Amino acid sequence: MKVKLITKVSRSFLLARWKQTLVAALGVTFSITMFIALLSFMAGLNDMLDGLILNRTPHIRLYNEILPSKIQPIDQSQQFKNHHNFVSSIKPKNIRLEIYNNAAVINALKKDARVSGVAPKIIAQVFYNVGVIDVTGIINGIDVEAENKLFLFSDYVTEGNFMDLKNIPNSIILGKGAAEKMLAQIGDNIQVTTTKGERMQLKVVGFYQSGIQDIDKVQSYASISTTQKLLGESSSYITDIQIKLNDMLLAPALSEEYAQLFDVEAIDIQKANAQFETGSSVRTLISYAVGITLLIVAGFGIYNILNMMIYEKMDSIAILKATGFSGKDVNAIFITIALTIGIFGGILGLVLGYGLSALIDQIPFNTDSLPTVKTYPINYNPQFYMIGAIFSIVTTYLAGYFPSRKASKIDPVIIIRGK
Amino acid sequence: MEATILEARSISKYFHDPVTTQVLTDINFKLNKGEFASIIGKSGCGKSTLLYILSTMDTDYEGEVWIDGIGMKNKKDEELASVRNAKIGFVFQFHYLLNELSVLDNVMMPGLKLGHFSEKEIEQRAYEKLKVLGIQNEALKRPTQLSGGQKQRVAIARALINDPVIIMGDEPTGNLDKKNSEIVFNIFQELAEVYNQSLLIVTHDNEFAARTNRIIEMEDGKIIH
Ligand SMILES: Nc1ncnc2c1ncn2[C@@H]1O[C@H](COP(=O)(O)OP(=O)(O)O)[C@@H](O)[C@H]1O
Ligand SMILES: [Mg+2]
Repeated sequence: MKVKLITKVSRSFLLARWKQTLVAALGVTFSITMFIALLSFMAGLNDMLDGLILNRTPHIRLYNEILPSKIQPIDQSQQFKNHHNFVSSIKPKNIRLEIYNNAAVINALKKDARVSGVAPKIIAQVFYNVGVIDVTGIINGIDVEAENKLFLFSDYVTEGNFMDLKNIPNSIILGKGAAEKMLAQIGDNIQVTTTKGERMQLKVVGFYQSGIQDIDKVQSYASISTTQKLLGESSSYITDIQIKLNDMLLAPALSEEYAQLFDVEAIDIQKANAQFETGSSVRTLISYAVGITLLIVAGFGIYNILNMMIYEKMDSIAILKATGFSGKDVNAIFITIALTIGIFGGILGLVLGYGLSALIDQIPFNTDSLPTVKTYPINYNPQFYMIGAIFSIVTTYLAGYFPSRKASKIDPVIIIRGK
Repeated sequence: MEATILEARSISKYFHDPVTTQVLTDINFKLNKGEFASIIGKSGCGKSTLLYILSTMDTDYEGEVWIDGIGMKNKKDEELASVRNAKIGFVFQFHYLLNELSVLDNVMMPGLKLGHFSEKEIEQRAYEKLKVLGIQNEALKRPTQLSGGQKQRVAIARALINDPVIIMGDEPTGNLDKKNSEIVFNIFQELAEVYNQSLLIVTHDNEFAARTNRIIEMEDGKIIH
C-alpha cells in the first residue's frame, strides 16, 4: 500500500515535469549507450589483438634447447659448497633438439585432465631457394588436424585448402610474405635447402597470413611427415610439443611441473607474451574510466533536475508533510524519482548500447595484417551490461541521495507561513 | 461531559531570529469533542504560530500539547506525521492542493497514507466527502480547473477523509469572497452540528467568529479571553 502510494506521488511529480525528466533520463541513456559500445568495442579490439598472438601461442611449449649444464662439477664438491663458483668446465655438447620418447609424453599429456589439447610440431630451419639467392626461413612441421583444432590454423590459410597439406605429399603452405618474395603461385613447385645441405622440391598448396609481417616473411607450414623427410629424420622425430590448457592461468605452474616430469625445457604463455596482458588491461582501464566519467556527468544532470524539482515542489512537499507524510516518505518519493530516471534511462541505454555495438560490428574493417577480421571487432560480454545496469542505478541513487535528504528536511511551517 | 480532544499546557514559544522574542506566553486551554471554536486576535499576535504547534508541525516550543489523550512531547518525526495523518485535518488559507493530482486523488491521499481501508473503499469515502461538500461532480478535474471556493471545499474534504478527531484551519476563508466564505462557514457548522466534528479555526473575521460555539481571543501571544 505504502509503496504504491509513494510510486503514485513520484509518478505524478515526474509527469508534471516530464520534459526535464526525459532530458535527465536521456543523459543516463547516452552515457550507458556509450559505456556499453565503448567497452564492447575495446574488448573486441583486445580479443582481436590478443588473439593475434595468444590464439596461436601454446599455453605451454615443451622443447629442447642447447644449454650449458646447469650443475657444474664444482657445485657438487662439499669443499666449495658455500663458495661463489664460476668455473664451468662442462660446455654444451651437441645434443639433439629432438624430444625423446615423445609418443609417451604426448600420451601422458592427453590423459591429463588439465590439458585441453596437444599438438606436436617440428621446427626446421631452411633456405628457400629463389633463383640463385637463398632466403632463410622456417618450416613448421605440423599435425594439420591438431594444429587446426588448437590454433585455428585454417583461419590463417588465406588461399588454398589447408587440408591439402595432409592429403598431398611433399606439399607446403607458404607464408604470404615468403611467397611474394619467391613469386610463387599455388600449384608451383619450390625448392628448399636444409641447414645440413639437403634439397627438396615442395608443392605450394596454399598461403598463410598471420597478420604479423615478420612472421609471414619467414614461416611456412608442412606436414610432420614431409618435414621429417626433409630433415632426413625418422618418423618419431619431434622438436616441440604444444599444449593448450583448460585454464590458461595454470600455465606457469604446469610448465614447471612438465619440465621436471619429462626432463625438457618448458615455457608458458605468460612468460612468452608478458607485454600483451599489460596492453589489454590498460585499454580496459581507459574504457572503464571514460564510461564511468560519462555516468558521473549524467549523475550530475539528475542531481540538478532533482534539486530544481524540489525547489518547485516545495508547496507539494509541505502539503504532504502537513497531511501525514513523514520525512522518510518524502525521501522515498524523491529517491524513487531518481531511480526511475536511472532505471528507464539505463534500460534504454543498454538496448541502444547493444544496437550501437551491433552497428559497429557491421562496419567493414579490412586490413592486410588481419586476414580473419572483416568488420570492427565487438565483444558482446554480458558482464558489460551487468556493470552498466548496476552503475546506472548506483549513480542515480547517489545523485538522488542529497536532494532527497534535503526534501525530507523541508519544514512545512516555513513554506506554509511563507505564502 | 464530552472528552477533551485537544489540550495546550503552558505553551511558550520564542523566535531567535533576528533577536530572541517571545511570541507565545503560557498558553493554556482545552477543547472538547464536538466543539466548534475560533481563535481571533490582531495580525501578528501569534495565532498561526499557536496553530502550527497544536498541529504538531512545529516542535520547537515549551509546554505540552495533548491530542486525543496522548502527549506529543518527545515524539519522533514519523510518529508526529502519523498523528497528523490519522487525527488532524488541516485547512489552510491558500487551499494547498497538489496540482499534479486530480481532485479525487488529492482527497484520497491521506486515506491511502493511513491505509485503514482498501483503495476502493477510500475512493468511495472520498466521493462521500465530496458529496457532503457538494463538489462530487468535480472529482476528476485538476485543482487548477476549480474556483477558489471549490478548491477550499476540496481541502476540507481531504481534511475529513480519515475522520480526524479535530479539524484545524488557519484563516480558511481569508482568501475567499463573501459568498464562498459563507458556504465554507456553513459546511463547518454542519460538520459540528450534524457530525459532532471538533473544529479549531483561526480567523480575523469577527463575524465568522461570532457564529462559532466558542471564541478564544489572543493578544500579544497570550489568551485574554
Ligand atoms: N520565523 C519567524 N521568525 C521570527 N519571527 C517570526 C517568525 N514567524 C513569525 N514571526 C513573528 O511572530 C509573530 C506571530 O506571528 P503569526 O503567528 O504569524 O501571527 P498571526 O498568525 O496571529 O498573524 C509575528 O510578530 C511575526 O512577525
Ligand atoms: Mg496568521
